[in-house]
Amino acid sequence: MDQSSKMPRDTAGTGSYAWIAVRAAVLFIILCGIAYPLLCTGLAQLFMPGNANGSLIKDSSGKVVGSELIGQHFTDQKYFQSRVSSIEYKAEASGSNNYAPSNPDMLKRTQESIKAWKEANPDVSITDLPVALVTNSGSGLDPHITPESAAVQIPRISKLTGIDPNTLQQLVDKHTAGRDLGVFGEPRVNVLELNIDLKSLMTK
Amino acid sequence: MGVLQIVIVLAVVMLLVKPLGTYVYHVFSNEPNRTDRIFGWLERLIYSLIGLKQRAGMTWKRYVLSFLLTNIIFVAIGYLLLRIQSVLPLNPNDIGNMEQTLSFNTIISFMTNTNLQHYSGESGLTYFTQMAVIMMMMFTSAATGFSVVIAFIRGLMSKGQTLGNFFEDFVKSHTRILFPAAILVTLLLVALQVPQTFDPTITVTTLEGAMQKIAVGPVASLESIKHLGTNGGGFFGVNSAHPFENPSALTNIVEMLSMWLIPACLPYVYGRFAKNSKQGWVVFSAMMTLFIVFLCVIYTSEMNGNPQITAMGIDTSQGNMEGKEVRLGVAQSALFSTVTTAATTGSVDNMHDTLTPLGGMVPLAQMMLNVVFGGEGVGLVNMLMYAILGVFLCGLMVGRTPEFLGRKIEPKEMKLIAVAILMHPLIILAPTAIAFLTDLGKGSITNPGFHGVSQVLYEYTSSAANNGSGFEGLADNTPFWNITTGLVMLLGRYISIIAMMAVAGSLVRKRLVPETIGTFRTDNVLFYGILIGTVLIIGALTFLPTIVLGPVAEHLTLGS
Repeated sequence: MDQSSKMPRDTAGTGSYAWIAVRAAVLFIILCGIAYPLLCTGLAQLFMPGNANGSLIKDSSGKVVGSELIGQHFTDQKYFQSRVSSIEYKAEASGSNNYAPSNPDMLKRTQESIKAWKEANPDVSITDLPVALVTNSGSGLDPHITPESAAVQIPRISKLTGIDPNTLQQLVDKHTAGRDLGVFGEPRVNVLELNIDLKSLMTK
Repeated sequence: MGVLQIVIVLAVVMLLVKPLGTYVYHVFSNEPNRTDRIFGWLERLIYSLIGLKQRAGMTWKRYVLSFLLTNIIFVAIGYLLLRIQSVLPLNPNDIGNMEQTLSFNTIISFMTNTNLQHYSGESGLTYFTQMAVIMMMMFTSAATGFSVVIAFIRGLMSKGQTLGNFFEDFVKSHTRILFPAAILVTLLLVALQVPQTFDPTITVTTLEGAMQKIAVGPVASLESIKHLGTNGGGFFGVNSAHPFENPSALTNIVEMLSMWLIPACLPYVYGRFAKNSKQGWVVFSAMMTLFIVFLCVIYTSEMNGNPQITAMGIDTSQGNMEGKEVRLGVAQSALFSTVTTAATTGSVDNMHDTLTPLGGMVPLAQMMLNVVFGGEGVGLVNMLMYAILGVFLCGLMVGRTPEFLGRKIEPKEMKLIAVAILMHPLIILAPTAIAFLTDLGKGSITNPGFHGVSQVLYEYTSSAANNGSGFEGLADNTPFWNITTGLVMLLGRYISIIAMMAVAGSLVRKRLVPETIGTFRTDNVLFYGILIGTVLIIGALTFLPTIVLGPVAEHLTLGS
């Protein structure tokens, strides 16, 4: 046996390191890229199938009408309106126009939203119109509006549907979620869930 | 309430730094400990599968060679998979192959832990490539960074020639940290409503009777490692702003802690290796101080909102909500933006392009400094580089050979550090200038005025810092942007790592200088001040002019 075989491994040729590197790369592609996501999917589907499949929700007749987490585009003024979305809540994609605060197109869009809102809601002062309602969410899929954004829509919906404003306010309160654990995030109203209940109220 | 929820998250981080840092120290100190019984069998199995018979220490050159080789093989296989993804399994939505320059950009982006995305996940990748390329690289690039920082620390502390065995560090990063944490966080996220499925896009009839297609997929398993590995590339185009990636403030916090805790505990790990935990706390405090200053700027600026919208007469008490999600609001968004650019993750839960000018300056500045916590590994290495520079400057002032942790800092080390420090601004400012000189670069700007400067600057800063967030308005999926940012990411990752490994390789051979009354101490308040000063002075000298041209000019013209 020659001297070199007794030396520490560190002096081995680059070739042996390359071979270890190749084997390590293949193994970790299998471990991280295939075994790990399969294991996670298996566990998730086994124990939490509802969440794992996108938190789908049904209307009063039991038909799936969307996901609790994904906003919808409401055109009918009888419904509570969602936030501005440049992709109109088309959830096969996601995104917004990424308008800078100085972008003239964004300022124009906001002014137009305010104008349209004034026409649809003549009874409410625009000083009460929350900024969240006329701005584009980051995802373009925001399922929520703020409780204030729901409240300012009540006079319009009451007028169009004939439902008593107090009943509507109770409906909004029912669907208002507080901050997580009482501290984190912001109070919010899930627009789709609110409108599902509103729809069943309208058809009564 | 906004401030309170931020303070709670900061407090949780500070409380967890020590226990977590202790754990990480034990993983890499290579001394026998209790966790061997849990993970030992798996590691021995992996060592035998990859043919690693002895785990002898490596010189810095061997260490660098090993991790470069491994990374090159990952890149080659990953590139191939992207190019042929349409015929591979798990493609229920019939996605096509990825174009050449986009594949080049994507593969470099994920291998360098940057996760700049010029594609959109919903339409650009199959479930298989999301797993075998994206998730795989999220693990392996993080483990590479981890190994490098540990090797660097060993170089500063130990005696002899070697910095440890790369393959052993790489395997242990997975088995003892990333795998268990990723599985745990994945399940936690699913419990909080993040999807995890192989089903194709769901089609529903909406309440108003329209059709809505809802993209789903194995989101949670990507989301967890995306943050744990400080990667940042989203499953969906809008990243953690997407309600499936980040359904609530609680998931927002889980994601922030996932990306922040490991970088935050590394200074403590460094202190443990130095057998003087004060060394670690000095570095940690310097990072935390800078972090809090930046956080205050972005939070205040976003709460104040956009003056031009306030002028329209509506209720803007919520702050700047353009590009933000209602469930997260300004507080969770501002904190997330600060954490993600500090930890060089680059995931976003609000659109950075839509931030107020001074708010948007914060992520930009943190990536320019690149030392506030920093990504898996490289952040601490960068901060220690500034620490050595600080020692050197002080040494010059008193006319004494500078020492760091008992070792003399000599011209060879300072030259390498100068290369590493100057590389960062060079690969940001030079390509930014080139982009403005050509229509190929300028043509992609979507926001007019001074903000356009910020868009271009942000793209290259994010690439160089291996962050990966973007001012996403930039139309960046063009050969020009794919290739230039790809090269910047490569240089940003490997030049500084190799230079710093060379520093470690040089320091590890030096004789220890006994500590005397004249030794300049690096574990006290004075040094904390010097460290912050060095970082800010170098940062301001290199980047202030461009910051003034971009965010500051936009702020001044926006009116207030």
